[in-house]
Amino acid sequence: MREIDAQRITDEVKRLCMEANYDIPEEVLELLREVKEKEESPAGKEVIRQIIENDQIARKERVPICQDTGFAVFFIELGQDVHIAGGYLEDAINEGVRQGYQEGYLRKSIDGDPVLHRVNTGDNTPAVIHLRIVPGESLKITFAPKGGGSENMSTVKMMKPADGIEGIKDFVVNWVRNAGGNPCPPSVVGVGIGGTFEKCALLAKQAAILPVGYKNPDPEYARVEEELLERINRTGIGPMGLGGRVTALAVHIKTHPCHIASLPLAINIQCHAARHKEVVI
Amino acid sequence: MGDYKEIRCPLEEDVVRGLRMGEAVRLSGIVYTARDAAHERLMELIEKGEPLPFDLKGQVIYYVGPAPAKPGQVIGSAGPTTSGRMDSFTPKLLSLGLKGMIGKGPRDKGVIEAMVKYGAVYFAATGGAGALIAKSIKKVRIVAYDDLGPEAIREMTVESLPLIVAIDSQGKDIYSEGWRRYTQG
Repeated sequence: MREIDAQRITDEVKRLCMEANYDIPEEVLELLREVKEKEESPAGKEVIRQIIENDQIARKERVPICQDTGFAVFFIELGQDVHIAGGYLEDAINEGVRQGYQEGYLRKSIDGDPVLHRVNTGDNTPAVIHLRIVPGESLKITFAPKGGGSENMSTVKMMKPADGIEGIKDFVVNWVRNAGGNPCPPSVVGVGIGGTFEKCALLAKQAAILPVGYKNPDPEYARVEEELLERINRTGIGPMGLGGRVTALAVHIKTHPCHIASLPLAINIQCHAARHKEVVI
Repeated sequence: MGDYKEIRCPLEEDVVRGLRMGEAVRLSGIVYTARDAAHERLMELIEKGEPLPFDLKGQVIYYVGPAPAKPGQVIGSAGPTTSGRMDSFTPKLLSLGLKGMIGKGPRDKGVIEAMVKYGAVYFAATGGAGALIAKSIKKVRIVAYDDLGPEAIREMTVESLPLIVAIDSQGKDIYSEGWRRYTQG
């Protein structure tokens, strides 16, 4: 049994909130530079140029890449041999969000109620926290600030098993085409396949926040990822939907076993910043 | 690119008429910020026949909810939000003299028709380029609805704000036409 202090969790979360919003992942920046050369549309090229310049300013000046510093989404893997001392895990995380968004000059974008009492909570809490108990005695915190524009372009579709992989591919490509410029392309497209209604939505979110460069471990799904990326980039939607050759930076697929009667499919899109950051305590 | 048309706001009629879809511009002058909640309040005032917190004539509304300013900053990151959420309010504002909007993403038919009717332009700012855009914002003053936090109406003085003409006053729309030039099926 290992003890981890709740205060330590708060401190790490606070740091993650700031860093994930200031620092674009290095691999994303590299990919942006690469696709800028491929982009043929003048407006698209100008947009990618602005994105790269923006990301460099944010990193250097320690300011958020985007004013929408997102819903604070956490994936927590808690080792079953860990004891958290001095406080409740979710409180510790929310306190870290509160401090990180306040001290990091990040925008508070959460309304305390979705419809009837839509008032900003003022501190960007509560976070959305997905918790899994895993073997071992460490605690892994993955943080992904999720912007409204890209999140609004998500979907869950209960496909028929007979639709098969071709049905899935067509649905994904059409969905991303119809999303147009709204999710701030060039985007990272997360695709969840299988499980249940809620499981595949979660898979899609996990897929969307994987580092670009991820390939599905099953080579056949990896080929589907490649094909989807190519087809999405042939739609012509382009950077910010202004027309061009670069609509997505990556497509990531995550799968789960499935009921014999079902084929759930979910899509969750990340904007070009693909913000995420993790720490293992 | 690197070739930009410099324009100033408030927007003059002939400037608006001269802008063409796809053109890169640098905008200087005063713009007003408003997004979802502020638009709802503006509509309530209009319905009641009460005066608005700023005169719409010739003005430009920027759909943005900025991040808070760090010490020494004029404003925090301030990139555009999705304009489509404001579509149901926009034709009314255009009829009252609004000449331009800045945001991201497509507008609906009602907005485009009103833009053609009243002669207005819609600019796309780069979504997510909040830190870069903040560099063009030189002065900020809250005009109304301070209680809305990031959604308050602000008067911003901007210098060479980098934009692209997304929908021009003839109704030519980059979101419906741009992709057609590059689509390969």
